[in-house]
Amino acid sequence: MKFKQHSVLPGFNLSLGYSMLYLSLIVLLPLAALISKSLGLSWAQFWATVSEPRVVATYQVTFGASLLAALINLFVGLLIAWVLVRYPFPGKRFIDALVDLPFALPTAVAGIALATLYAPNGLLGEPLEKLGIKIAFTPAGIVLALTFITLPFVVRTVQPVLEDMERELEEAASSLGATRWQIFSQVILPTIFPALLTGFTLAFARAIGEFGSVIFIAGNMPFKSEITPLMIISKLEQYDYLGATAIAVVMLLVSFALLLLINGLQWWMAKRLGRRK
Amino acid sequence: MTSLRHWAVALALGSAAALSHADTTLLNVSYDVMRDFYKDYNPAFSKYYEAKFKDKVIIQQSHGGSSKQARSVIDGLEADVVTMNMATDIDAIVEKGKQINAGWDKKFPNEAAPFSSLQVLIVRKGNPKGIKDWADLTKPGIQVVVPNPKTSGNGRYTFLAAWGAALKQNGGNEAKAREFTQALFANVPVLDAGGRAATTTFMQRQIGDVLVTFENEAEMIAREFGRGNFEVIYPSVSIDADLPVAVVDKVVDKKGSRKAATEYLSYLWSPEGQEIAAQNYLRPRNAAVAAKYAKQFPAIKLFGVADFGGLKAAQKKFFDDGAIYDQIAADIAKKK
Repeated sequence: MKFKQHSVLPGFNLSLGYSMLYLSLIVLLPLAALISKSLGLSWAQFWATVSEPRVVATYQVTFGASLLAALINLFVGLLIAWVLVRYPFPGKRFIDALVDLPFALPTAVAGIALATLYAPNGLLGEPLEKLGIKIAFTPAGIVLALTFITLPFVVRTVQPVLEDMERELEEAASSLGATRWQIFSQVILPTIFPALLTGFTLAFARAIGEFGSVIFIAGNMPFKSEITPLMIISKLEQYDYLGATAIAVVMLLVSFALLLLINGLQWWMAKRLGRRK
Repeated sequence: MTSLRHWAVALALGSAAALSHADTTLLNVSYDVMRDFYKDYNPAFSKYYEAKFKDKVIIQQSHGGSSKQARSVIDGLEADVVTMNMATDIDAIVEKGKQINAGWDKKFPNEAAPFSSLQVLIVRKGNPKGIKDWADLTKPGIQVVVPNPKTSGNGRYTFLAAWGAALKQNGGNEAKAREFTQALFANVPVLDAGGRAATTTFMQRQIGDVLVTFENEAEMIAREFGRGNFEVIYPSVSIDADLPVAVVDKVVDKKGSRKAATEYLSYLWSPEGQEIAAQNYLRPRNAAVAAKYAKQFPAIKLFGVADFGGLKAAQKKFFDDGAIYDQIAADIAKKK
């Protein structure tokens, strides 16, 4: 692969240089500072901090709830995007704008609103409680908050791809005798799959780091509904800066590994689909 | 807005400071529930200072969780004075940031704590579960709302109060105290990050039968939610929570504000300062003021953090990672 590709528009060096500088200053520098701070711990101390049973339990809660929330949004987000693209209906623009609201709302506000709504004395919490379902102050509350926060990601990544999809493809498939399910699974799904996966990844990554909304609805019971960011905060409360950075580094590494994995999967899919054509 | 204007004034006057003396600006970095107290105290102090020194002093406030505030000072927030809810927060500034010199607790009377509070039990109206003392909180079926001892000074005081009360009842038997505290924390349905959040859980969400919190927070609840909605129960014995203050040496020496900062904190011990404290349900040190407000401060048996060898030792023994509180939390989770 050639490093420099000739283009009609000039400015490759300048724009690449600027991008790299910007990324270094905004992203790499703070991450490097984080990692270098954690080097103040010996390997044994580092391992003892991050493998403590209570902390390990929070990894399960954080990554499990994030995965579940991203999966829920994978399906519901696709559904919403589909409805918004394919069907005209009154109030569509309004619904469309509503999807972005979780982005705009301060997450703490979202958390408090959800906790108020789903608390045992809340508007929804009370009838649910009678049915024996508890949401607020249980792990289910964490999934709920994360689902709310990450809703826009899948919708907003899939929507433009669906919009650009040529209907003729579906019509052609139909006239060639494909069933409805075949049209969906063989024609539509492969086209939107990369976007779907991107949306899923973004939602998942966002959910892992979420603190503000979860803290108000989780109940924060040790080994049950504590999230990893809370562990970082409670380390800081003890002025244990190194312990806090150690856990942060673990979160960073795991998140990065997962993102790399999903991106790799996407690349592999694209290549496979490309070859098939 | 006001603080912006204050800054502007401070800046404008700061440039003239080289020529003549200017108004002094003090930044008081404090914790959450002190907001109401300093709202009353600062104007009173400004008036006093101006009358005494013919010099104006402008006081700015910053509020947040006690430890979080201490961390801001360690990280470089230029506070002239800090007013915290645990001595360990000021010790952390001494050790980690070195902005405060060791021995700060000897610079003012009462180990630099101008007033104190204690942990009380807040129950629903009419006390339907008949809660009278710590032992009632360990009964099965009772739900107790306590802020997280790992993230909140309020929660740590509650833990120590329960532990200490159990020690007294069992003749100093530590195993019994641990069993008792574990039974209490097993009844906690929600661990909020701070004292205010716990109040919200108890009062607004109507979760739990008892809220354990500071006596002065009980007064805030009365102002916010109405006096008829709950009852304050004084347990047979509780912990004396000293609320310490300190001058931030490094900052005042740089800014030249040591005199004003020291005056600001000393005035907390004056009859006026003590009276404002009592009005905000902080227990005053001044005997005359204490006598005047005796009605609102029922006398109960108190033990101090000294019984645990000081807060620093208590932190290490109970709240550090892997210490007793963590072990108890793990045991509770295992049983459930």
